Amino acid sequence: MTLAIDVHQLTRRFGSFTAVDAIDLDVQQGEVFGFLGANGAGKTTAIKMLIGLLSPSGGTARVAGFDVLTQTEEVRRRIGYMSQRFSLYDDLTVRENITLYGGIYGLTDREIRERSDAMIDKLGLASSAKRLVRTIPLGWKQKLAFSVAMLHRPSVVFLDEPTGGVDPITRRQFWEMIYAAAADGTTVFVTTHYMDEAEYCDRLSIMVDGRIAAQGTPVELKSEFGVASIDDVFVQLARPAAAEAGR
Amino acid sequence: MSEPGSPVVVRALSKTFGKTRALDNVSFEVRPGELFGLVGPDGGGKTTLFRILATLMLPDEGSATVLGRDVVKELWEIRARVGYMPGRFSLYPDLTVEENLTFFASVFGTTREAGYELIAPIYRQIEPFKDRKAGALSGGMKQKLALSCALVHRPEILLLDEPTTGVDAVSRREFWDLLGALQTSGLTVVVSTPYMDEALRCQRVALVQKGRLLAIDAPGEVGGRFPGDLYAVRGTPRHALIGVLREFPHAVSVQPFGDTLHYSDARTGLGVAELTAELATWTSARGIHDFDMQPIEPGIEDTFMALMGGVAE
Repeated sequence: MTLAIDVHQLTRRFGSFTAVDAIDLDVQQGEVFGFLGANGAGKTTAIKMLIGLLSPSGGTARVAGFDVLTQTEEVRRRIGYMSQRFSLYDDLTVRENITLYGGIYGLTDREIRERSDAMIDKLGLASSAKRLVRTIPLGWKQKLAFSVAMLHRPSVVFLDEPTGGVDPITRRQFWEMIYAAAADGTTVFVTTHYMDEAEYCDRLSIMVDGRIAAQGTPVELKSEFGVASIDDVFVQLARPAAAEAGR
Repeated sequence: MSEPGSPVVVRALSKTFGKTRALDNVSFEVRPGELFGLVGPDGGGKTTLFRILATLMLPDEGSATVLGRDVVKELWEIRARVGYMPGRFSLYPDLTVEENLTFFASVFGTTREAGYELIAPIYRQIEPFKDRKAGALSGGMKQKLALSCALVHRPEILLLDEPTTGVDAVSRREFWDLLGALQTSGLTVVVSTPYMDEALRCQRVALVQKGRLLAIDAPGEVGGRFPGDLYAVRGTPRHALIGVLREFPHAVSVQPFGDTLHYSDARTGLGVAELTAELATWTSARGIHDFDMQPIEPGIEDTFMALMGGVAE
């Protein structure tokens, strides 16, 4: 079976600085994969290469079965992407945002209409469909942004810190949406600074200074490092690197 | 009555933007030398509160004093004595680390050298990068520089609005170590955060949501406000376990927490063994194996969710 994300020796240099240093990743279809790392470890650079926004300096990456460098359009058609902020247009209403993205993803008018109705209903936003996104609570926005990133039924969805600043109940509802997407076969590639959320992933990789310092299931990683939580694993790996870099 | 010398006294403070009640009749006091936390999600009113305390915004109703001075009538008195670190953009990205510090010192009519002793433990960590543009610093380093800039004029109180938002778990720990050291030296620190685990580092915390304070207490006491008993439940497959437990007729709340689920039951006075047996039978009949449950002490996040009424914003 084709891997959802298949990365070999992927590297990106900026001048003399190596932001991503020969990383390998193999993510199965339908997996919830957590991508952790300290600020500046290279996570964002790696994700930008995986979604075709930045070309690698070396190595290969295939996403949804296509090469990110030579088949960028094929990749883009099969992925969804949600960043912590700026995923939605504040000056458009809930429904207008869905329609806009439906158009960008090349859905037909009928598909857009049907999927908008289903999504608004599922999110409980029926009475807010005509509200400007600016005026709805952050938690609703993030759930809407995730649904919009899933509008064209991508096979892989990238979520970059989707739950930052969100209330604890919404944060958990968000993870239930992630589980539901994974149960439907979508691969979820997610970054977070909440270490309890790292425990919700099927597998994790932890980046330190451009390299992947550890990879495995949460249970494997905790046993490998002999600690009780992923937070402790993260601190063990990232603390020496942080001290060295003066972060 | 407010205690003499309380560095922050807030009385029935309200602020409305259009239809949004950003602060709704908020009252609290911060004690001298305290590390006081305002904990809650974005949009809860924390930033509005800080802006009022920093004399950058006027309240609609109620009153507030900082260091005994009124935030409306005595703003200049307050500004000279407060170190304020706003949540976003508190540095000039085009200036170097050193230039930022020099600038903030000069705004307050002092010099980098005069304030150096206080900021040294923090600034020394970023001094090797003093010629780097602030915009090119990592998240953790930016926060340390912003803290140095807020301290350079030797304030009597620090107001820090979400200094650790978007900062990784390691840099956050280091930042809280620094705040602990500042508090030990006698400085009063008021700090906000959306990360519930960080509340444990404060002497007292206020849980803030939708413009209201849900509770004010020592972090160790907040868990005691959780209604009923709480259990950590495990089972495989985990995703399915959430749904299976929620269908249990007596379930009040079922929430994922790290590698467990936190479960509370509507009935009181039920023995642990009895409840465990009931839930083991219920879950195993619905395809769950490796079932295990243990009673646990509720934490701040458990209480926060319970006080939210179990309903998202």
